[in-house]
Amino acid sequence: MRVRVEKRSTLSRWMTISAPILSLALALLVIALVFWGYGISPLLAYKRIFMGAFGSPYGLSETMVKATPLMICGVGLALAFKALVWNIGAEGQLLMGAVAATWVALYLLPDAPAAVLLPCMFMAGFLGGAIWGLIPGILKAKLRANEVITSLMMVYIASELVNYLVYGPWKGPGEWGFPYTTKFPPSAQLPRLLGTRIHYPTLILALLLAVLVYVLVMRTKLGYEIRVTGENPEAARYAGMSYFKTVVLVMLISGGLAGLAGVGEVAGIHHRLRYPQGISPGYGFTAIIVAWLGRLNPLAVILTSLLFGGLLVGGDAIQVALGLPVATINLFNGVILFFVLGGELLTRYKIALERRRED
Amino acid sequence: MILGQPAHQFIMAVLWAAIRAGTPLLFGTLGEIYAERSGVLNLGVEGMMIMGAVTGFGVTLATGNIWLGVALAALAGGLLALVHALLSVTLRANQVVSGLALTMFGLGMSGLLGKRYVGTPLPCRLRAAPIPMLEDIPFLGPILFQHDPLVYLSLFLVPLLWFVLSKTKAGISIRSVGEAPATADALGVNVFLVRYLCVFLGGLLAGLGGAYLSVVYAPAWIEGMTAGAGWIVIALTIFAMWSPTRALLGACLFGGVKVLQYRLQPPPPEGLGISPNLLAMLPFIFTIIVLLAGTGEVIRKRIGAPSALGIPYAREEK
Repeated sequence: MRVRVEKRSTLSRWMTISAPILSLALALLVIALVFWGYGISPLLAYKRIFMGAFGSPYGLSETMVKATPLMICGVGLALAFKALVWNIGAEGQLLMGAVAATWVALYLLPDAPAAVLLPCMFMAGFLGGAIWGLIPGILKAKLRANEVITSLMMVYIASELVNYLVYGPWKGPGEWGFPYTTKFPPSAQLPRLLGTRIHYPTLILALLLAVLVYVLVMRTKLGYEIRVTGENPEAARYAGMSYFKTVVLVMLISGGLAGLAGVGEVAGIHHRLRYPQGISPGYGFTAIIVAWLGRLNPLAVILTSLLFGGLLVGGDAIQVALGLPVATINLFNGVILFFVLGGELLTRYKIALERRRED
Repeated sequence: MILGQPAHQFIMAVLWAAIRAGTPLLFGTLGEIYAERSGVLNLGVEGMMIMGAVTGFGVTLATGNIWLGVALAALAGGLLALVHALLSVTLRANQVVSGLALTMFGLGMSGLLGKRYVGTPLPCRLRAAPIPMLEDIPFLGPILFQHDPLVYLSLFLVPLLWFVLSKTKAGISIRSVGEAPATADALGVNVFLVRYLCVFLGGLLAGLGGAYLSVVYAPAWIEGMTAGAGWIVIALTIFAMWSPTRALLGACLFGGVKVLQYRLQPPPPEGLGISPNLLAMLPFIFTIIVLLAGTGEVIRKRIGAPSALGIPYAREEK
C-alpha cells in the first residue's frame, strides 16, 4: 500500500471556505499541545487570549489598533504575492514610512497646520516605504536578485537606521536618555476615537485601501497583468506584458502601503519615533500570514487582520499573565502558516491510499 | 600599524576571528547547498539554526556534555527540516511560504524553550585545540590551526561534501534530482528519498551551526541570537554558486565583516569610533552586495541554479 497525492478534479466552494478555518483550528490545537508541554493549561491560555482580545471594550479597541497596520501591510503584500513577488520586507518598509513621517513632522514642516502636515506625513511615509520596496524590486527585475533575501536584508538595515537615529542625531534632548525623538507637535498627531488608541483616520484609510486594491486586482488591466504574471510568468511574457513593470509596481505599492502603516503608528500611537521594536512588534512579518490566510484577497485580509490583531492583543495578555517570552507570537505565526499551507493543498489535492498491484 | 597593532598581528587576529565567526555560516551554507542541489529551496535556515542554538545550549547545560548538546542540536535542526520536506516534497506546498513558516516557528519555539536559560552561563567550554606541528607554520598556522574542534569539523566538511557531490554516485543522484527529476526518476533514482535526505542533512548542519553560536561562540542563550545568520546563509548559497568550496570563501568573508564591525567600533586609536548601529548594517548591506555578485556571476558564467530548484516533483503529472 502506498500514499499518493492526487489533484482534485473539482474545487468545491465549501472546501475553499472551510479549509482555512479548519487549518486554523488544527493549528490552535497543536499550539495548545505546546502550552500543555510547557506546563500551562491550554484552556486557560486560550481563554486569556480570547478575553484579552475580545472580552472587554478596551481589548476590542486594542484589537482594532493592532489590526490597522496589519490590514494596510497585508493588503499590500496580498498584491505582491499575487504576482509571485515575495516581498518579505514590509517590516522595514513600515519603519521607513515612520522615519519619513517623523522627518516631515519634526524637521520639514513642524509649524504647518494639521490639515497640511498630516497629508504630507502620509505622502512622505508612502514614499519612504515605496523606496525601501523599490530597491529589492529593481534588483529583482533588472538583476534577478532574489527578493526574499534583499527585501529581508532591507528590514535589518531599516531597523539599524532607526536605532541610529533615535540613539544619535534625532534623539530628543528632553527624553531622559530614552531612545526617542522629541514628541510630535499636536498638528502632527492623528485624532483618536474617544477614550481609545484607535487612530480612526488610519483605520478608514486601511479599509479604503483594501477595497481599492481589490478593485485594482480584479477589475483593472494592471490587476489582470499582475494575476497572469503570478500564475504563469511565461504566458505573461508571451502576451507582451512587461515583467519589469509588474515587479517594480507591486514592490512600490506594497512598500508604500507598509510605509503608510508606519505613519499611522508614529502619528496615531507613539507621537514620536522610537526604537524599532517599540514601533512595531513585527507587524510586517505577521502581515505575511494575514495576507496568506486571507488567500491573497484584499477583502478577506480585513477579516484576517482583525483576527491577528486579536491574537497580538491576547498574546500580550498571556505574556504578562503567564510569563511567556515575546517571541511566543512567532510560534503562533509559524504553526498557523504550516497548517494553512497544508490545508490549502488538501483543497487542491487529495491523499489517496492505493494498494500496489501485485504483478 | 593598523588601529594600534602591528599590521601582521592585526591581519592574523582578524583572519583567525573571521574563520571562527564564519563557522556557523559555513555549516549552514554547506547544508543549504545540499538541499538546493536536490531541488528544494529551504528558507527556514534561520528557524533551524535557532532551534539548534537553544537545543545545544539546553542539553549542554543539563548534561554538561558539549558533544551531546551539539549532536542533539543537529538533530533538532534535522527534525524541523523534515517538516519542510513533508510540506514541500510530499505535499508540494509553496516552498517560500513553508520556509518562512519554519523560521517563524523556530524563532517562537526557541524563545519559549530558552526563556529559562536567559542569563545563565554554561559550566563548560569547548577549548581551542591547536594542532601540533601545523600550528607552527608561520602566518597560516595561528590562523588555521589554533581553533576548537568544531571549526576543524566545518573545515573538514568542505572537501568531504565537495567530493561526495562531485565525485560519487550519490552526488550524481543528488544533482540529477535537482536538475531533471523526471529523468532521474526514469533512471531509477528515488527522487523523494534523495530530496528528503538532502533537506534533512541541510537541517542537521543548520542545527550544528546554531549550536556553535550558543555553545561555543557566545557562549550564552539570547533570544533571537541568530539575528539573520540563517538569511545570510541563503545569500551565501547563491554566492557560492552551490559549490561547497566557494562556501568556505563566502563564510570567511562574512566572518571578516562581523569581526571588523567590532574592531571599528571603539573610539581611536583602537577603532574608528563609528556608530555601532551603522556598523551593524554592514553584514546586511554586504549580503545584498554578495547576492548581486553571486547572481551576476551565475548569469554571466551560465551556471544555472539547479533547474528544478523550488519546483515540487509530481510523478503522475508527466
